[in-house]
Amino acid sequence: MHRILLTTALAALTLPPMGAGAQDVTDWPAIEAAAQGQTVYWHAWGGDPRINAFIASVGADLQARYGVTLEHVRLADTADAVTRVISERQAGRDAGGAVDAIWINGANFASMKDQGLLFGPFAEALPNWPLVDTEANPAVLVDFTLPVEGYGSPWAMFQMVFEYDAARLAEPPRSLAALRGWIADNPGRFTYPQPPDFLGTSFLKQALYGVVEDSSVLLGPVEDVDYDAVTAPLWAFLDEITPNLWRGGRAYPANEPALAQLLADGEVDIGFAFNPGRASAAIADGELPDTVRTFVFEEGTLANSSYLSIPYNAANIEGALLLANLILDPEIQARAQDPDVLGFQTVLGMDLLTSEDRARFEALDLGIATLAPDEMGTGLLEPHPSWMTRIAEDWAARYGTGQ
Amino acid sequence: MARAGLWAALTLLALPVLAGLAGVIGPAFGYLPALGGVAWSLEPWRGVLGWPGLGAAVRLSVVTGLLATGISLALTLLIVAAWQGTRSFLWITRTLAPLLSLPHAAAAFGLAFLIAPSGWIARGLSPWATGWERPPDLLIVNDPWGLALVAGLVVKEVPFLLLMVLAALPQSDSLRAQLVARSLGYGRVMGWMKAVAPRVYVQIRLPVYAVLAYSMSVVDVALILGPTRPKVLAVQILEWMTHPDLSMRFQAAAAALLQLGLVVAVLVLWRLGESALARRGAVWAAGGARGVGADAVLRPLGAGAALGIGLAVGLGLAGLLLWSFAGLWQFPAALPESLSLRIWSGQMGALQRRLWDSALIALGATGIALALCIAALQAGARGRSAGLIYLPLIVPQIAFLPGLATFALVLGVDGTRWAVMGAHLVFVLPYVFLALADPWRAWDSRAGLVAAGLGAGPARVLWAVRLPMLARALCVAFAVGFATSVAQYLPTLLIGAGRVSTVTTEAVALAASGNRRLIGVWAVVQMALPMAVFVLALLLPAWLFRHRQGMRIG
Repeated sequence: MHRILLTTALAALTLPPMGAGAQDVTDWPAIEAAAQGQTVYWHAWGGDPRINAFIASVGADLQARYGVTLEHVRLADTADAVTRVISERQAGRDAGGAVDAIWINGANFASMKDQGLLFGPFAEALPNWPLVDTEANPAVLVDFTLPVEGYGSPWAMFQMVFEYDAARLAEPPRSLAALRGWIADNPGRFTYPQPPDFLGTSFLKQALYGVVEDSSVLLGPVEDVDYDAVTAPLWAFLDEITPNLWRGGRAYPANEPALAQLLADGEVDIGFAFNPGRASAAIADGELPDTVRTFVFEEGTLANSSYLSIPYNAANIEGALLLANLILDPEIQARAQDPDVLGFQTVLGMDLLTSEDRARFEALDLGIATLAPDEMGTGLLEPHPSWMTRIAEDWAARYGTGQ
Repeated sequence: MARAGLWAALTLLALPVLAGLAGVIGPAFGYLPALGGVAWSLEPWRGVLGWPGLGAAVRLSVVTGLLATGISLALTLLIVAAWQGTRSFLWITRTLAPLLSLPHAAAAFGLAFLIAPSGWIARGLSPWATGWERPPDLLIVNDPWGLALVAGLVVKEVPFLLLMVLAALPQSDSLRAQLVARSLGYGRVMGWMKAVAPRVYVQIRLPVYAVLAYSMSVVDVALILGPTRPKVLAVQILEWMTHPDLSMRFQAAAAALLQLGLVVAVLVLWRLGESALARRGAVWAAGGARGVGADAVLRPLGAGAALGIGLAVGLGLAGLLLWSFAGLWQFPAALPESLSLRIWSGQMGALQRRLWDSALIALGATGIALALCIAALQAGARGRSAGLIYLPLIVPQIAFLPGLATFALVLGVDGTRWAVMGAHLVFVLPYVFLALADPWRAWDSRAGLVAAGLGAGPARVLWAVRLPMLARALCVAFAVGFATSVAQYLPTLLIGAGRVSTVTTEAVALAASGNRRLIGVWAVVQMALPMAVFVLALLLPAWLFRHRQGMRIG
């Protein structure tokens, strides 16, 4: 049923993404002039106080440099902002929309781009774009196997790392196979956020990478392969570990911060996050003991980028463009990478920066729990977004409603 | 003019509810052209029925709703039956009454912090009594049976019902009935239950229905304490409403109608249960059992219930406050290793903005509600007959707000403070009316006659005599309205469209994060704002009447 309705809805929505007043994204002085006095509503996940504080600091810079006010709309789920734009489209509000910028990637990005709900292409016209290292990090041009084509500006890179307290756990399991055995030996000490949560579904994909025979099928749409056969080992794996999960698999933490709280309370021994610097930042803030360390799987862990996208009907497109450019500013990027602030991984190429800007990055510590770049192992490519959707649905049917 | 006020108030109550309901019927049957639904169909219903969690979600909504209402009502009646007329009763009502101004979400957060396996109770008992070096692997918060959700509702609904009973007691001739029962040899509790409870219940019937409907369809408390696999139906509806897949909107609308049907069905069931109980009860009352011995058990039980609720909420809130200042705080330490202002200072900017928005919206909505209520009461509206006043409290929010949000969007007023204020007004108005109606009628009308005899017209009587004399009740009604507005989650979320945030939407948005420090900050602020207004509401009349001997209490 969804498919039919969705197709109809898509047909209704597939209209040219740009309205009559399309901006010339290359005329930067005109953009700066038009943005004066605007308030940019940036819809971004609001579950982490450190990220919220960082966004507030970016807002202060935006105000100081361009006279543009930044309002952080704190989302519980990025899908809320997507819904918002969709409902405006339904109501015929093709200009003056409530969402000016979204922190986005994965299925949400794919769905907005497919439906023509994004403004652009704009990213490669940003004045700071030449500083982005697209050669060393081709992943900033491809989001979950889909070419970004300038409809989103990458501003941070992430790779899944596992976190554990070395004071409680001497030697963590460094592969999915080892984790499998460890869970059996340590019932109740591991869990993952409940899909369709982003991190929880990412864990399922990580596990799929660990059990699938030929991982190349994950890079194409799920419809192209025998889904049941490919995912059978994943469900076997989950069936096996579920009784030994935290709370016997009868409840799951809601998302990344909830999992982090479980680790902080000692309810679980191993947690995980997409931000390799999260543990160090949490230690700096007194939320985790300084004995927490991170590790990656020997087979590699999922890696992806975060983008800033602008809805087609944004009321303050000029301000949003200034914001997109500002978060690529070396000073802001270095601030995000500071382990005491966020520990995010920059998208800029060091060899593309001035020596003064390069020094900002070189001055940064890694943070006590953060792995050095050469310890991060292989970054696995994110599967096609259809995998995420399908696996999350399937998970909900298998484990999401059992009482 | 007064008539107009009455009609304005009633229209304001009924219209949004009916319009909102109309707004979900179309999509529930596949019709919403903007979304590509141009033909009527039963597809959305097939989607709802095909959802594997439906049976459990429906059962959860019904069971948690009935349990929360039944337990709240039983405890309330027990507390009053066991202690009415005593010094302790005064103490109990004074302790529990302020809980009314406490937003549901804050109470739920406090409770969650208290009862979780890594919560304060477990920390207090570990490791010396329990031997736990790590939190036990017990499923308490978000349990699949919804018991934590029921507990979260009970601690808030008992104070509400208690105040409703208190308001009903003067009309029930309770003290004399109790006296007669006692002199016939009935025990305190038994006598009250047989002689007074039936009369009181008739008067609190609508509030009880409101509690039942609310408990069955609550979203914010269920997000914090409710089960997760599956979620209760109301939370699942919200999830479908905000799903990026457009077609889910149809399914959400169908499920919203299902939720409405469920609430109506359970209300009918409850009504039938009332009749059955009334017949049985008459036989029971006539049976003549005096139940004198039962007092020895029931009176401590009643006191224990009141104490338990007060302690649970009080300790919960203390826990919230402590977490908001906590540095590293590992299990099983009962207190944090260090305290810091880090989270508070980090949130200061956001706090100021949200506090300002919350207060502005609450002031506006409550001010309008107060004016309308005065106009309606002046026109002779009566609490018991104006059952319509309960409409927005009985029709589940999740059933009509989605439709209302769509209208607001089409009109282009969504995401403005005014629209949110208007949506809040729908819920603030009934509470202000309930708080004001009794004191308004209890006013000694002879004062008005004297004024009229001295040549004052009706307007002058109102402004110069009645309103000043009722200043205390007006202040309390205002505080009640203000607290109601501050606590609104779903109306702010859906009508505010992400552009208008209040302390409540901020706090509930953090629920899933489990970030205790951050939740602590926002829940404390969410609690403190209405409390501060309540304190002002008590102080202001005392200051106004500092030279008026006759207006002092006692």
